[in-house]
Amino acid sequence: MTNKNTPDDKNKRDFLQVSTYALGAVGAASFVWPLINQMNPAADTLALASTEVDLEQLEEGQAITVTWRGKPVFIRHRTKEEIASAKDQLLDGLRDPQTDDERVKNEKYIVLVGVCTHLGCVPLGQKSGDVKGEYGGWFCPCHGSHYDHSGRIRKGPAPTNLEIPQYSFLSDTLIKIG
Amino acid sequence: MSKPKFKNPVVNWIDYRLPIFTFMNHELNEYPTPKNLNYFWNFGSLAGITLVIMIVTGIVLSMNYTAHIDYAFDSVERIMRDVNHGWLLRYIHMNGASFFFIVVYIHIFRGLYYGSYKAPREILWILGVLILLLMMATAFMGYVLPWGQMSFWGATVITNLFSAIPLVGESIVTWLWGGFSVDNPTLNRFFSLHFVLPFVIVGVVILHLVALHRFGSNNPIGIDVKGKQDTIPFHPYYTIKDLFGLSVFATVFAAAVFFFPNFMGHPDNYIPANPMVTPAHIVPEWYFLPFYAILRAIPDKLGGVLFMFGAIMVLFVLPWLDKSSVRSSQFRPLYKLFFWFLVIDCIALGYLGAMPAEGIYVVLSRLATAYYFFHFLIILPLLPKIESTRPLPVSISTPIITTSSNASTVMAMREKK
Ligand code: HEM
Ligand code: FES
Repeated sequence: MTNKNTPDDKNKRDFLQVSTYALGAVGAASFVWPLINQMNPAADTLALASTEVDLEQLEEGQAITVTWRGKPVFIRHRTKEEIASAKDQLLDGLRDPQTDDERVKNEKYIVLVGVCTHLGCVPLGQKSGDVKGEYGGWFCPCHGSHYDHSGRIRKGPAPTNLEIPQYSFLSDTLIKIG
Repeated sequence: MSKPKFKNPVVNWIDYRLPIFTFMNHELNEYPTPKNLNYFWNFGSLAGITLVIMIVTGIVLSMNYTAHIDYAFDSVERIMRDVNHGWLLRYIHMNGASFFFIVVYIHIFRGLYYGSYKAPREILWILGVLILLLMMATAFMGYVLPWGQMSFWGATVITNLFSAIPLVGESIVTWLWGGFSVDNPTLNRFFSLHFVLPFVIVGVVILHLVALHRFGSNNPIGIDVKGKQDTIPFHPYYTIKDLFGLSVFATVFAAAVFFFPNFMGHPDNYIPANPMVTPAHIVPEWYFLPFYAILRAIPDKLGGVLFMFGAIMVLFVLPWLDKSSVRSSQFRPLYKLFFWFLVIDCIALGYLGAMPAEGIYVVLSRLATAYYFFHFLIILPLLPKIESTRPLPVSISTPIITTSSNASTVMAMREKK
């Protein structure tokens, strides 16, 4: 009868114990993941259709707001002066340096996700009577972020420029967002 | 269990098998309590009662509420207009949240003033701060349910706080929303969590009470109970005092519910949520204002979020920041002074949180934020080095006459009679 605990037995038991814990942990994690992942956007939410917008009627100096993925998208037909001021801006003074050319497909139209990059409010500046902030573009009233004619952050707590959604020009005046 | 303890044989029969009556007798009846507690010790029981009120009204509200972005606002209006006594139940629940915070904030400042967080009550204190955090999460998600303008934009701003986290921030926010903005999936999960979190709070409250009953209540002079002569049984002395406190509280609460039900709310929340238009001036509910002021005081997104959460995190480590072995402010002249500065500072932060973030308000918010952290991180650790504390009484029953309060003299005179 050899039922004494030899060092070999102890090693075997340690191995069994560690592998049981490890397997248990993997099993638990693979059960927890579905519980967490169900909170991520569902397939139908991801499949939300794209939006087409006709810019024919949009005069110089006017802006419209359309909805895309539940968020406002700003489209502005910029004036000559606005384009010039957006282009002349030196990158040195910018918090999130980007040239105007990097931010537009057709310099007449600037297309932006109308959500402040600070904490998500909708900035003012789309309507003619709105406060537009110190740089003439958009102004977020929630905590005071100022954006320029290119939607770049210039002053206030927002860390980055207004986001540019995915979009393409289907013709000169028809764009598809998404 | 040699001989029966209760007069009623049925109670005895049950208690032998399930010692619930022994437990209640021990914790609620004979439970020895310091005999010198003042009215600030009423707020614990008031908080517990308010939690029950919130759960009861919440359950009946949820029988009439619809958690869908197209119906939520209307279902709350239907509760207000058509459901029998719906207006009353909703106003109790809505004002109950504010009163819950009033009670809990007083309860917390009581703890700060009398040093109730010090050894051996550190875990008791930490569980309390945890309850505060859970309450905040619950109230935040509850406020989203009526789906008004403030609900929507409050939810947007607060969930966006998480986007400040480097690298994974955006994914976390998408995960919280279940989409690309605050939308129907967000409302559904908030309702689910708003329903369940109060029961989690009940669980933590039970742990809080277990920790409390380990060493019993602290008391206004902050010294340990030395023996039987320092305590009185909980029942009837404190049950009756808690009931009296409750009747005063209920009177004020009822006055708010019946006469000023919307005083602590915001009119914009009676406008249905509109994801395309942010209200000109968004403010959180009053009980979040001091934290909101701290968030806005820091001119950096991540920094603001860190400082805001930091304001609560310092409370978790408070038992180790305050190194003085004397508990009660009554014997700490300098601490007492700084305690009142902190109270003023917190009220100032609350006021500044409601003001627009511009001009002088920004400067003042920064000063008040700096002072808040200065109090906890610099003043408290340094204070014991320079403060000369007053002599402590020998026991609760025999306070020495040299203390500034003449309560001790009065007590001594009573004892002579
Ligand atoms: C810690 C306890 C609780 C707090 C602090 C709390 C807080 C709140 C707040 C601030 C609101 C918004 C009131 C308004 O402006 O209309 C609300 C709404 C609501 N709560 Fe609670 N609540 C609590 C417990 C519960 C529980 C336990 C339930 C359900 C079992 C519940 C169900 C509801 C429902 C259905 C609404 C939407 C109806 C309404 O807005 O009046 N609550 N809650
Ligand atoms: S959300 Fe725009 S400045 Fe804060």
